[in-house]
Amino acid sequence: MATGNDIVRFEDVCLSFGETRALDHVSFRLSAGETRVVFGAAGSGKTMLLKVAVGLVAPDSGRVYLMGQEITHLRESDLFDLRAHVGILFQEGALFDSLNIEENVAYPLVNQRALQHAGSNGSGRSVEERVRETLRFVELEQTLAKFPSELSGGMRRRVGIARAVVTEPALVLYDSPTAGLDPITANTIIALILKERDLRNAAAIMVTHRYQDGHLMANFRYNPNSGKIEPQPPAGDPARVSTRFFVMNQGRLVFEGSEAELQAAQDEYVRKFLRPTGG
Amino acid sequence: MLDFLKPPVETFQDFLVLAGRAVRNVFRSPHYSDDIFQQMDVIGVGSLFIVCLIGMFTGVIMSLQMAPMLNQYGAQGQVGVIVSVAIVREMGPVLTAILVAGRVASGIASELGSMKVTEQIDAMRALGTDPIQKLVTPRMIATAVVLPLLTIIADFIGLIGGFIMAKNLLGISASLYWTSAWQNLEPRDVVQGLLKPFVFAFVIALVGCFYGMRTSGGTQGVGRATTTAVVVSSIWIFVLTSAIGRLFVKI
Repeated sequence: MATGNDIVRFEDVCLSFGETRALDHVSFRLSAGETRVVFGAAGSGKTMLLKVAVGLVAPDSGRVYLMGQEITHLRESDLFDLRAHVGILFQEGALFDSLNIEENVAYPLVNQRALQHAGSNGSGRSVEERVRETLRFVELEQTLAKFPSELSGGMRRRVGIARAVVTEPALVLYDSPTAGLDPITANTIIALILKERDLRNAAAIMVTHRYQDGHLMANFRYNPNSGKIEPQPPAGDPARVSTRFFVMNQGRLVFEGSEAELQAAQDEYVRKFLRPTGG
Repeated sequence: MLDFLKPPVETFQDFLVLAGRAVRNVFRSPHYSDDIFQQMDVIGVGSLFIVCLIGMFTGVIMSLQMAPMLNQYGAQGQVGVIVSVAIVREMGPVLTAILVAGRVASGIASELGSMKVTEQIDAMRALGTDPIQKLVTPRMIATAVVLPLLTIIADFIGLIGGFIMAKNLLGISASLYWTSAWQNLEPRDVVQGLLKPFVFAFVIALVGCFYGMRTSGGTQGVGRATTTAVVVSSIWIFVLTSAIGRLFVKI
């Protein structure tokens, strides 16, 4: 039985494509408001972890729970309602080329059945207002009428974040949000992710191969009063956002723990993801 | 022993599943009528010029090649019959479909293929839309409406092309040509000539969508999907025109 408090729960999930094991007996749980940072080499199953979590890919065996409901054998049409509570930033953004930025960000608001029935998610604001607000949040309000091809890689990623969070989901999944970006843009993206997490206390799973991203997620937070990114309260403080790290290798979860535990890890593969954080 | 048959049979089975869902979605909401009209414009209006051009040349060639033979038997007056029957039954539907397959199946496969490899299809599902409902069904409906219309236009232009040649080479009068062309067309020729493009439309749109949606392997995969879509839909057009033709031929 899944407890109601779990946002995501994997029980012994396996998935393979031919000979390749994408997920190998993966089990974990994520509670509301928590953050998970998933490290792993290319092809270690990180992206599949996210796709299985929202039912985009069905596992071969094991059970997956989303928002306390088992989704392992759920029909696609029933999944749509659950997915309305989840935002996803895909690798490279996956914005719709044929739609402009405004339409892209409005897409989940316009198309998600659950949101339509719920009367725009409890708030009386119009779709346009919410789209503008969200684009203002990622500081791209001026690009409303542009098309994705006209934006830079970093801007596309920011629009992707806007589209993922416009519905104010309880869980946001980030697939390599900083891949292929320069360090300055990458830090801007992480700052946005922190801001999103801390303003609404949303749960997050972030897949990345940059240690710096995880370090920032674990040790910094957005302060809505000052509007600045500041260090988190020390460990043990209830205000501190719980961030745990996963390391994946060939579909297996080979490490799970806090940042301190990660730094103390002896496994050679796990240690590969530890890089000097620059201060 | 029959293991080599497994992949094609599985592929065909997957295709039937997609086709079934696409057709079922016609009767389910939500309906994306904007997408249907947009696709009609892209597929229909976009193909109109080239379809007219090919139709015209089909008629011209038929007339040109048949004229000497008919002249030999003193049957010049029959040119209208030959052109109209051949074009309405076979040449119009098949050539138009092959042309549209080259233009549209490839376009659909590459568009959907690019969407697949850039995760836009997954994004669509994640954001609460059924990609078959949103992408496949509108393309299928649009092609099924537009291809018979394009074929009618191609047939008509082909008959005009045939007339131009008949008049110039054989000196056939307009009234003789059009009367013989018209009177020898039976209702079942017309039914056959319209049933074919309707069936081909499903093949073209669904094959294009099918190979687009199962694209893998980056941009190279998109190229592969596009080529396969055109080849497979063209083959099916010839297979089906023979099969449908057989239903209508009585000896």
